[in-house]
Amino acid sequence: MNNLINILQYQFVERAIIAGLFLGIVCAVMGVFLVLRKMSLIGDGLAHISFGAIAIGIVFGFYPLVTAIPLVILASLIIYALTRNHIIEGDAIIGILASLGLAVGVILSSISTGFNIDIFSYLFGNILSITQQELLFIILGSIAILSVIILFYQEFMAISFNPEQAKISGIPVTILDILFSIITALTVLMSIKLAGALLVSALIILPASSSLQIAKSFQNTIILSIIFALISILIGIIISFIFNIPTGATIVTVNAIIFFTILIIKLLKTK
Amino acid sequence: MKNPIISVCKLSVEFNNIQVLNDISLDIYQDDFIGIAGPNGAGKSTLIRTLLNLNNYTGKIKLWETPLNKFRNWHYIGYLPQTLNQYSHQFPATVEEIVSLGLISSLRVPRILDTKSLQRVKDILTELEIIQLAKTSIHDLSGGQRQRVWLAKALVANPKVLILDEPTNALDPEIRKVFYEQVTNLHKRGVAIILITHDTSDIGTYAKKLLLLDTKVIFWGEFSDICNSDKMSSYFGEEAKHLICHQHE
Repeated sequence: MNNLINILQYQFVERAIIAGLFLGIVCAVMGVFLVLRKMSLIGDGLAHISFGAIAIGIVFGFYPLVTAIPLVILASLIIYALTRNHIIEGDAIIGILASLGLAVGVILSSISTGFNIDIFSYLFGNILSITQQELLFIILGSIAILSVIILFYQEFMAISFNPEQAKISGIPVTILDILFSIITALTVLMSIKLAGALLVSALIILPASSSLQIAKSFQNTIILSIIFALISILIGIIISFIFNIPTGATIVTVNAIIFFTILIIKLLKTK
Repeated sequence: MKNPIISVCKLSVEFNNIQVLNDISLDIYQDDFIGIAGPNGAGKSTLIRTLLNLNNYTGKIKLWETPLNKFRNWHYIGYLPQTLNQYSHQFPATVEEIVSLGLISSLRVPRILDTKSLQRVKDILTELEIIQLAKTSIHDLSGGQRQRVWLAKALVANPKVLILDEPTNALDPEIRKVFYEQVTNLHKRGVAIILITHDTSDIGTYAKKLLLLDTKVIFWGEFSDICNSDKMSSYFGEEAKHLICHQHE
């Protein structure tokens, strides 16, 4: 117990926990909508694109988010536009852009020297190294994303349930889909320091998937998703600090343990 | 002179160069109970989906005298689609939550459900005798219960017209009868009804006007006029003609 109190006294742990709590809530809420809209993979795709976009920023001497925010939002909108007009299947365009993003990141890290440590913290995540500036970005971004979700909660729920019925109800589905693509891109960008480009989609998919196994109502699904996300992040940060192992990977592992435990219990009950 | 609530003029729709609707013109009024019939592929559902702004078209459509592309009062229209299970099998929602979605069109942004809205949901669930299902998951409903829940969603915003697309496909005869009694009561209270069904007996029993479609309009008008036409039997056969027309002789 004393160890735990000691851990919490470190300022970088305090920053990690605050960032983790905000990101946990945002990823958990966005995850419910993304999983129900069968867009789980977009988190993975945008994360890979983020890696390339961040690499461009670092190589050319910009603050990484300056290049990453517009590029990742643009990629998210391109994915939406191409899939909406049935020009290409969603998984195909996500795969293409994700590969491109990763390839750009790898090429830039190989031809440049001196920034590999920075770029690899984005690839694998390191929330314990989060700066005050990054924490501010996460807090403001989370408030903005959650405000959009609260404001259009009924509309996003209706579109997730049945987009055609939502359109008949007079909901501006296209405009809200564009808005949703933008906040999805921001969610991934904010979370990349927590889990890294390779694991960030797990933060979005796993809490939502766990809650979908047991919740009977939409509201409870979101509440349970948030609870699972926060438990995973808190336990993950503490364990990773105590055992000196990667934080993002630990959080994802705790999330996965929760998911499979719920799944196994559910399967045993239905037998 | 009363104004039509739905006005269609020279409407044509084609998909991949195939004409699905051709030169349709008709006016629908607030006191109408219309049955839409026709063979498979006649364009019945296409007509409804076009009225709901889901298809591209040529011609003119006005809803409450407003051109379709400028129409915003979607809460005037309650719609019960043909397929009630077009949602993710894992979508987590209670009956109450799904019926609440029917209120969206009547709310202003931010569309937050206040106590009045929630009371309206309870009222419609009570009226359709499914209030006991309010907290039940939509995945735990029988076919008949699901039908009533979707009807409640279509009615919760107090629409002026109710569009029913093959509403009783999955229902047994007893539940079907109860369903149509509820629809008839709504019509008596002033709600215009547009009913698509392949069941000619249902159309004959409940509708007052018939729109017979086969890509183009074959008949459009009162039953008394239509039933005297020879074309009626050529499209439906003598037995079906009897089923449709005997209520109106």
